[in-house]
Amino acid sequence: MAYPANYRYTKEHEWVNAKDGVATIGITDYAQSELGDVVFVELPEAGKKLETGKSFGTVESVKAVSEIYAPVSGEVLEANPALHDKPETINSDPHGAAWMVKIKLSNLAELEKLMDSGAYETYVAAKGKEASA
Amino acid sequence: MRYLPKSPAERQEMLTAIGAKSIEELFETIPEKYRLHDALKLPGPLSEAEVIDYFKQRAGENSLGYTSFLGAGVYQHLRSVITDTILLRGEFLTSYTPYQAEISQGTLQAIFEFQTLMCQLTGQEVANASMYDGSTATTEAVLMAERLAGRGRVLVARSVHPEYREVLRTYAKNSGLHVEEIGYTKSGTVDAASIKSALRDDVAAVVVQSPNFFGVLETLPGIADAAHGVGALLVVAIAEGVSLGAVKPPAEADIVAMEAQSFGLPPSYGGPYAGVIASRDKFVRQMPGRLAGETTDTEGKRGFVLTLATREQHIRREKATSNICTNQALCALAATVHLTLLGKEGLREMAEQNVSKAQFAIGELEKIPGVKRAFDGPFFNEFTLEFPRSVRMINAELLKEQIAGPLALGTAFPELTKHGLVCVTETTPRTEIERFAAAVKNILSNPL
Repeated sequence: MAYPANYRYTKEHEWVNAKDGVATIGITDYAQSELGDVVFVELPEAGKKLETGKSFGTVESVKAVSEIYAPVSGEVLEANPALHDKPETINSDPHGAAWMVKIKLSNLAELEKLMDSGAYETYVAAKGKEASA
Repeated sequence: MRYLPKSPAERQEMLTAIGAKSIEELFETIPEKYRLHDALKLPGPLSEAEVIDYFKQRAGENSLGYTSFLGAGVYQHLRSVITDTILLRGEFLTSYTPYQAEISQGTLQAIFEFQTLMCQLTGQEVANASMYDGSTATTEAVLMAERLAGRGRVLVARSVHPEYREVLRTYAKNSGLHVEEIGYTKSGTVDAASIKSALRDDVAAVVVQSPNFFGVLETLPGIADAAHGVGALLVVAIAEGVSLGAVKPPAEADIVAMEAQSFGLPPSYGGPYAGVIASRDKFVRQMPGRLAGETTDTEGKRGFVLTLATREQHIRREKATSNICTNQALCALAATVHLTLLGKEGLREMAEQNVSKAQFAIGELEKIPGVKRAFDGPFFNEFTLEFPRSVRMINAELLKEQIAGPLALGTAFPELTKHGLVCVTETTPRTEIERFAAAVKNILSNPL
């Protein structure tokens, strides 16, 4: 699956799509393939303040429960209500329908520190080599 | 599973790899004065014959021939030899945690059936594979409520087992959990008015036990409504599971924490017993421990697996829902076999016998001058009496008659030094109840 060029990415495999001061956040295709079948997602309620690098929710797959880390800081405007009943969307459409939260960005400069799609693809490819080495 | 200790050469290799000179060096953070330099003071090895002799002697110290009126969280009930026969099968007795479903179907199915039975008994939707005992299950239920409500204050009835409260206090001490105790009324029930006035929107849970430590049944619906009114959860602890054969299940509870000892586990010094935690389906992801779940295999056949284990310590480390690392599979199996043998009607009959015998006993004891019923609330198989003198003194005399008398409540409740908790089950013969009442009457008729 291609990594959208207009998104930004973290080393913890979250993506950010920022537009007009609002960032939509989800986890990447690489993350979902590593997790396996997702069975449950825990997301914050609107109004919660996210801090960069801190956990804001969990994704539970048949193998493990993993933290989701905030790629940027800001206040939660909305969590994706559809994921509660259909968490498997994370496996089928991680970069689109399976967005997790929309937040109001508190510091636009934080976006500059994240990877672009090219850098992320290189990063993930290196991970793949590590695993098969 | 093989366990191969490291050879001296391998140890040296490992030390070199981490840059340490000796194993002692790894313990240097422990101050010198706390380190052990001599061998442990243990007796030498014994031969097989000596070991058998030692245990025969210890077994001889058991109170054979005594009749016990002690309950208070541990109950003497009838149990079938079938339970032990099944427990002693090697497939169950020596089996390891059933992580590998493909080699653990029997154990997993037994756990699944245990969960099903616990749900049916408690009126809850989901139960886990078991906890250590009733006290730790109660504490885990409180911690679960704390996570669910996102609040740190807990109201606990003083009529909850004193040891359950002690375990909770131990957990709370360094965790920021604030535990407040609520007194009891003349009926022996929790003071519902005090609960209502202490309830605010910072309370995570209200904890009551029913039948409570004094033997009295709590009225749950009112307490549940009051707790739910401020967004708090109701945790109901049950120490005597057999009561559920006669009492309505605590369906209004959000979490039920129960001791399963009464179901096929004999009273024994230090256990092991089995705890139960049961709750509503929507709270399952905050439930501690693990669950066995029913599924289908690749051939479409019914099978069982461990589920929810993704939130346990071996996977989630410090982020696990609980620090419980295992469950009491063998004790849970005992409960499953026992309850399956008894059946619904059998459990009801057993519970009814407890009620009738306890009613008979209180009638006999109340006839004794100076002996009074302490609380007027309804009870199951235990009740509190007030005696005209110290319960300890009475018990010392009763022991001479080979009777283990009522539990002296003064230890846990300083205001109740003349109060004793009497337990009567289906195993207590009517003639022994009469002998007990006669002995008490005789003791009290003698001047101090």
